[in-house]
Amino acid sequence: MPPILDVKDLVTRFDTLDGVVHAVNGVDFRLEEGETLAIVGESGSGKSVAMMSILGLIPSPPGRVESGSAIFQGPGGPQDLLRLSPKDLRDVRGAQVGFIFQDPGTTLNPILTIGDQISEILTRHMGMTAQQSRNRVLTLLEDVGIPDPELRYKSYPFQLSGGMRQRVGIAMAIACTPQIIIADEPTTALDVTVQAQVVDLFKRLRDKMGVAVIWITHDLGVVAGLAHRVMVMYAGRAAEVARVNDLYEHPLHPYTLGLLGALPRLDAVGSRRLVSIDGTPPDPLISVSHCPFAWRCTHAFPRCWAEAPRLTTVAPDHKAACFYDLDKGRPRDA
Amino acid sequence: MLRYFLSKLALSIVLLLGVMTLAFFMLRVTGDPASLMMSREASPEQIEAFREAMGFNRPLGVQFWDFLTGAAVGDFGNSLHYGSPALPLVLGRLPATVELAGVGLLMALVVGIPLGLVGGLNPGSALDSIGRFIGLLGQSIPNFWLALILMLVFAVRLGLFPAFGRDELTSVVLPAFVLGLAVSSQILRMTRSTVLEVRSEDYIRTAHSKGLQPRTIYLKHVLRNVAIPLVSVIGVQFGYMLGGSIYIEAIYAWPGMGQLLQQAIGWRDFPLVQALTVFTSVVVLTLNLVTDMAYALLDPRIRYGR
Amino acid sequence: MAGETIPHQADSMLSMRRTFRDRLGYLGRLLWRDRSGVIGLTMILVVILAALLAPHVGLQDPLAQNLGESRMPPAWNAGGSWDHPFGTDSLGRDLFSRTIYGARVSLTVGLFGVVIAAALGMVVGAIAGYFGGRIDALITGPINLILSMPYLLFVVFIAAILGRSLLNVILIFGITDSPIFARVTRGEVLRIRESAYVESAVSAGARWGRIIFDHIVPNLIGPLITLATFEMSAMIFYEAGLGFLGLSVPPTVPSWGNMLAEGRKYLSSYPWLTTFPGLAIMFTSMGMNLSGDWLRDVLDPRLRRARR
Repeated sequence: MPPILDVKDLVTRFDTLDGVVHAVNGVDFRLEEGETLAIVGESGSGKSVAMMSILGLIPSPPGRVESGSAIFQGPGGPQDLLRLSPKDLRDVRGAQVGFIFQDPGTTLNPILTIGDQISEILTRHMGMTAQQSRNRVLTLLEDVGIPDPELRYKSYPFQLSGGMRQRVGIAMAIACTPQIIIADEPTTALDVTVQAQVVDLFKRLRDKMGVAVIWITHDLGVVAGLAHRVMVMYAGRAAEVARVNDLYEHPLHPYTLGLLGALPRLDAVGSRRLVSIDGTPPDPLISVSHCPFAWRCTHAFPRCWAEAPRLTTVAPDHKAACFYDLDKGRPRDA
Repeated sequence: MLRYFLSKLALSIVLLLGVMTLAFFMLRVTGDPASLMMSREASPEQIEAFREAMGFNRPLGVQFWDFLTGAAVGDFGNSLHYGSPALPLVLGRLPATVELAGVGLLMALVVGIPLGLVGGLNPGSALDSIGRFIGLLGQSIPNFWLALILMLVFAVRLGLFPAFGRDELTSVVLPAFVLGLAVSSQILRMTRSTVLEVRSEDYIRTAHSKGLQPRTIYLKHVLRNVAIPLVSVIGVQFGYMLGGSIYIEAIYAWPGMGQLLQQAIGWRDFPLVQALTVFTSVVVLTLNLVTDMAYALLDPRIRYGR
Repeated sequence: MAGETIPHQADSMLSMRRTFRDRLGYLGRLLWRDRSGVIGLTMILVVILAALLAPHVGLQDPLAQNLGESRMPPAWNAGGSWDHPFGTDSLGRDLFSRTIYGARVSLTVGLFGVVIAAALGMVVGAIAGYFGGRIDALITGPINLILSMPYLLFVVFIAAILGRSLLNVILIFGITDSPIFARVTRGEVLRIRESAYVESAVSAGARWGRIIFDHIVPNLIGPLITLATFEMSAMIFYEAGLGFLGLSVPPTVPSWGNMLAEGRKYLSSYPWLTTFPGLAIMFTSMGMNLSGDWLRDVLDPRLRRARR
């Protein structure tokens, strides 16, 4: 079975007053059907930009996708999303790929009703009549756990709490039963208790629908209970890709190790200091031809400064872009 | 919603009181309103007699109270020049000014909104540059000067429009155009910047992510959000036009409130000036109130808000 | 196991870009990208130079009347001469020099008017914004009152009462325009006061004087300079308008408004009396508007970005 989304060599740049911003610098990944892939990285790692680039949601001046391919196994056969015309891309968005965004406070149009904003997706992609779409919207609102759907159908976003608005966001994403859902930090802006509820709801829906999910986050904690595989991004590149458990128990990239070390753990023995990674992320205005993590890496050696490591398989179903072998404690054999 | 209206109304009334207070005291800022209003050649006895007749010798508080109670029922005293009650003279001029401002606003909208939309939707394009240049001109040309030049070219030299008065249907064209030009530039800039702002909002990205047709995104999501603050701006600009048409009316001899003001100043007919100032403020304040209400009706956050 | 020592270039990478040369380069790119800014600034410079150099550049005396040479057309028309490049007015005064001298009045009114308005407005607005509560309410009430009144009406009213003099005009504009500076200042002060780093400065024990100078003032400069540019342009307009109504500086003083008032009488017969002062106003105004727009683009987002 081919992966439902196969992205190779994605490069996205932005032309700004300060210069060219190298947001995404060659990212490869695959998303299998029904699997949940978490994309983890700090702010500026390019994780959001990469996903938005694939679906043409990057503002086009100043942004541009320089290269790459994104083969999507849609209902009409395989298509390279990066080569689709804007019109065809519009048919994919919303219907075959659904989106959930971060800040429910600003993601909904303040002057339109909830019902209107959900049903417009249905009218656009599924050709429903007003009555049909209204019924479907009411069902959706129930599915995402919003009480009193009839009332909420006529409500405006400001009349709902943050958690409820995010549920509306989920309803919009699943409305047309898409094959992929891309969720860009959907719980970051929510209270912790609400976060848990939303994640639970999402898991239930995902399992019911069997949809493939790309879950973008900087919070490793959420990832553990939700994702099958994880891709760690740094400086616009993929640093490590692995199954969830493998990543947590056996990280193979120094950056991942750093991230995990910075996580507070309930099962820590004695008092363990939180380890933070020295230094700051590299300036995206500068394109480097060596490992971008070298400055902050305690294991860097001359080769790290000479060439850029490529994402290679270093263990079963486990890839890392690093010249250093953390297990053996020395540079990897070529 | 009702509370919103009532609070705005209360505010307007307070503002109106403030305006009246200012109008009252401005006349007395030189200390002697009587000599202000009499001509230079008047003798001290004449001035004293005038002072008595107008009641300027009474305690200030009494004068102020009389003024307020009089103004509340529309009594601003008599115009010195015409010898008849001031307010009806002002009211008689209202339709002409409204016509001028109305046509001017229409012209401003017809020019400003389309150019602003184009500029906001296609920033940096040729049309945008043209629009911005027109906006710059509208802002930079002194309106009374433009009034004179246009009158010279189109009325006197080319004879296309009447140069004076309000007698013909086309009389309103030149003055309204001049009045509307500056406003059109404001509307153009406002429209353009609002469109740019709205387009960069998160919910527009959401609309794109739903795969909606561009037409839907622009008409339903962008423009509706642009329209709301725009209504506010249009209302305010209309208020400026109603209150700021002095020069245009003076130059084109347009028989509106502005012309009367200029004449009244020349005649040193300050009761009339006072009546004009207060009444114009009333008109502008009412307009602001109406605009606020329209805004509230359009924006559901205010209509249904706490 | 520790590897070799790594130079902490992460830090120097970021700081490298903020050197003075980079900032100059950035400014250059801003100017180039938005060439209108350069044009605007040049135009203003021309006007300023004209105003400053007027008495020193061998122009005709703007006050010298010469009835024998009255109402001469500009030099390029029949009957004109290069002695009087723009022609003369009804009293035989040279229009070219009067137009240039007019810049002095306009710029003086604009500059001092804005200085007074800004000084008054900033103090009032800062007090209102900083102390909040009752003081704030007490101040913003009258400010909103003045701002919602038909401005022109009151300026004309006051000018009619006070009489014609340069000082009166400057004072009128300075005082009546201060509310807008007050409102903007108040808004900025409120915003900054609520911001996180002022909170941390306060909790670190900084005295309020330091807070004002280190944090509040730098953030005020941007919006206020932009506002000042636009208000100055507006004041030049209003001065001309008042002059047109005969309410500005005394009629002998060469001001663009006075010239327009006179020109109106002879509009169809001697239109150049009107043309040149109007063009001068338009030129100055365009320069200021272009510069103001450019300043707004440059100062605003820069400040907000740099603060992050």
